Amino acid sequence: MPVPPGNNAYKSWGNYPTAAHRKVLRPTWMDEITIGLLRENAPLLAHGMGRSYGDSCLNDGGTLMDMRGLDRILHFDPERGTILCEAGVSLGEILLVAVPRGWFLPVTPGTKMVTIAGAIANDVHGKNHHVEGTMGCHVERFELVRSTGEQLLCSPDENPELFAATIGGLGLTGIILWAELRLKRIASSQIEMETDPFSTFDDFIQLSSDGEGRKFEYTVGWLDCLSGRKTRGIFMRGNHAAAGELRTHPRSSHLTVPFMLPGFTLNRLSIWGFNTLYYAAGRMKSGDRQVHYDPFFYPLDKINNWNRIYGKGGFTQYQCVVPVSEAAVFQEILERIARAGQGSFLSVVKKFGSVQSPGMMSFPRPGLTLALDFPFRGEKTLKLFAMLDELVLAAKGALYPAKDPRMSREMFRASYPRLEEFRKYVDPALSSSFWRRVAGEQR
Amino acid sequence: MIRNLVVLGATSKIAQEVARIAAEKGSALLLVARSQQRLDAVAGDLLARGATSVQVIAADLADISHHAELWAQIEQQMPQIDAVLLAYGSLGDQKRSEDSLDFALQELNTNFTSAVSLLTHAAAVLERNQRGVLAVITSVAGDRARRSNYVYGTAKGALTLFAQGLRAKLFSSGVRVLTIKPGPVDTPMIAHMKKGLLTASPQYVAATIYRAMDSGKSNVIYVPAYWRAIMTVIRAIPESVAKKLNF
Repeated sequence: MPVPPGNNAYKSWGNYPTAAHRKVLRPTWMDEITIGLLRENAPLLAHGMGRSYGDSCLNDGGTLMDMRGLDRILHFDPERGTILCEAGVSLGEILLVAVPRGWFLPVTPGTKMVTIAGAIANDVHGKNHHVEGTMGCHVERFELVRSTGEQLLCSPDENPELFAATIGGLGLTGIILWAELRLKRIASSQIEMETDPFSTFDDFIQLSSDGEGRKFEYTVGWLDCLSGRKTRGIFMRGNHAAAGELRTHPRSSHLTVPFMLPGFTLNRLSIWGFNTLYYAAGRMKSGDRQVHYDPFFYPLDKINNWNRIYGKGGFTQYQCVVPVSEAAVFQEILERIARAGQGSFLSVVKKFGSVQSPGMMSFPRPGLTLALDFPFRGEKTLKLFAMLDELVLAAKGALYPAKDPRMSREMFRASYPRLEEFRKYVDPALSSSFWRRVAGEQR
Repeated sequence: MIRNLVVLGATSKIAQEVARIAAEKGSALLLVARSQQRLDAVAGDLLARGATSVQVIAADLADISHHAELWAQIEQQMPQIDAVLLAYGSLGDQKRSEDSLDFALQELNTNFTSAVSLLTHAAAVLERNQRGVLAVITSVAGDRARRSNYVYGTAKGALTLFAQGLRAKLFSSGVRVLTIKPGPVDTPMIAHMKKGLLTASPQYVAATIYRAMDSGKSNVIYVPAYWRAIMTVIRAIPESVAKKLNF
């Protein structure tokens, strides 16, 4: 297998922190990924499209294995709606094949530019968590290679412990060669959506519960964080249209942020302006309409490298979940942010349902989740986040590893009660910057 | 549209991308490469992407003694061939070729002699049908031998010449021979090298190749097209100067 020279060209989506990899492997065939390869290249980490914000997709000082060369769809069954893909196939590529034949992803995050194996390793969730749970709930089986000498099939019935450890296991339990996913039937590629403004968290919870009652498959809220003491936001909900054409998304986008914008592009004023405009647009468009799945689920995929608007310093996201009974803490979080003058460009709130993921280390759990984007401003940002951690901990909440560049070992332990059980399944040849930081052996 | 496509060396990255384009348009494909396991993976992918049918034959294309048999099987499995893409090759290791004559000859066989054999068989089939495109991937490296990879360059240059002759021979039968000269492409073949500014993506290269195979009238294409200009300049360097350049 070709081995290009070690480099630091591989980054995470937030561009913070960075990592220098000793070596990068680029396999293009499943048969190249052997037990021996894992052993020879420890500490090793599989890397997909680098959409994790923090350092869970990086392996500073170690080997990174770029999995995008494994991009073949091995089998698609348009009758049963199952698709078997090599690890590096992206969700967007699955849609291109599935949509024309009336199938859709059972669960999708806010970008289609993630690999299937990455979606499993982070047990991603989407706007339909209250109905369908996480991606892990729809995984039929996968094949795992481990440096400990096994190459095995994992499913809810076969090697169920490794199946559970790998879903949400951050790539640490072995290398996924391929995975099979159950898709969802659709009659149209359009989404019937409606938007409603809301002005308190109680309103939001009411709207979310209403959505459950009226069977809205997709619900999410957008929040304006700089509006001070008052909460304001737009609630979006939708369903797949009952009939219509089956049209795929365009293959490529012509909009690109060509280079890192200077760090001052996003300041308090510009964020305030964006949020005010967004809120106004949402109010104006309030009501019912039909949109294609692409703008509904993936508005930011339209702009290549949108993360560059945050400049060289990078950016980060703070995503937490708390039980519904602790919703008041969100108000407190927003006030702390407003007081710190660190506006969040995009803030999203979503009510998770009670569908249980098989994943041992899954982030989603019943409650409310809040995701806030921040330009990374060094100490200032870290101090604010430490303050928010205390609030989240007190509310019995948890943070999402896929978004995190900085949480403490204590915070991770408190967020993931099955950590010690999970540790037993971690492959000794695999590691990541994230794992060493929050739980693994420090080097 | 290319309805029936034969791909020799179907597990090469460029070949896979060309085959994907054909599959999405609903072509029938016949794939030949060494590894059955890898062929099966590629076949599954092409079927999922819309190919009408995909057949595979596992064979070592460098093994000339089996070519007659192989072509009999190809003809039997795909009687109406519209296009043949010859896409296999080995970048080899120049240093190893200099140290071992056996290795150098083996590289020449893989990149040139075995291709001559396959093209001769393919030409006979297409000539009999009086139609079709014979597309041959050579390389810009065949336009001038360089210190750093002249064994590879020699084979590809010779293959370019052979394709040129075959084009003239087949012209009157209505069979077109397309010579494809890619520059460096971001494939596993060159993954050990530093990616230069002029490294093209396999998807771009494949789209260009498919277009030229399907509808074009071209005889020789450079991919990307700017390599034609670059190679014109490189070919114009006088030998007295070129021999001193370590490139």
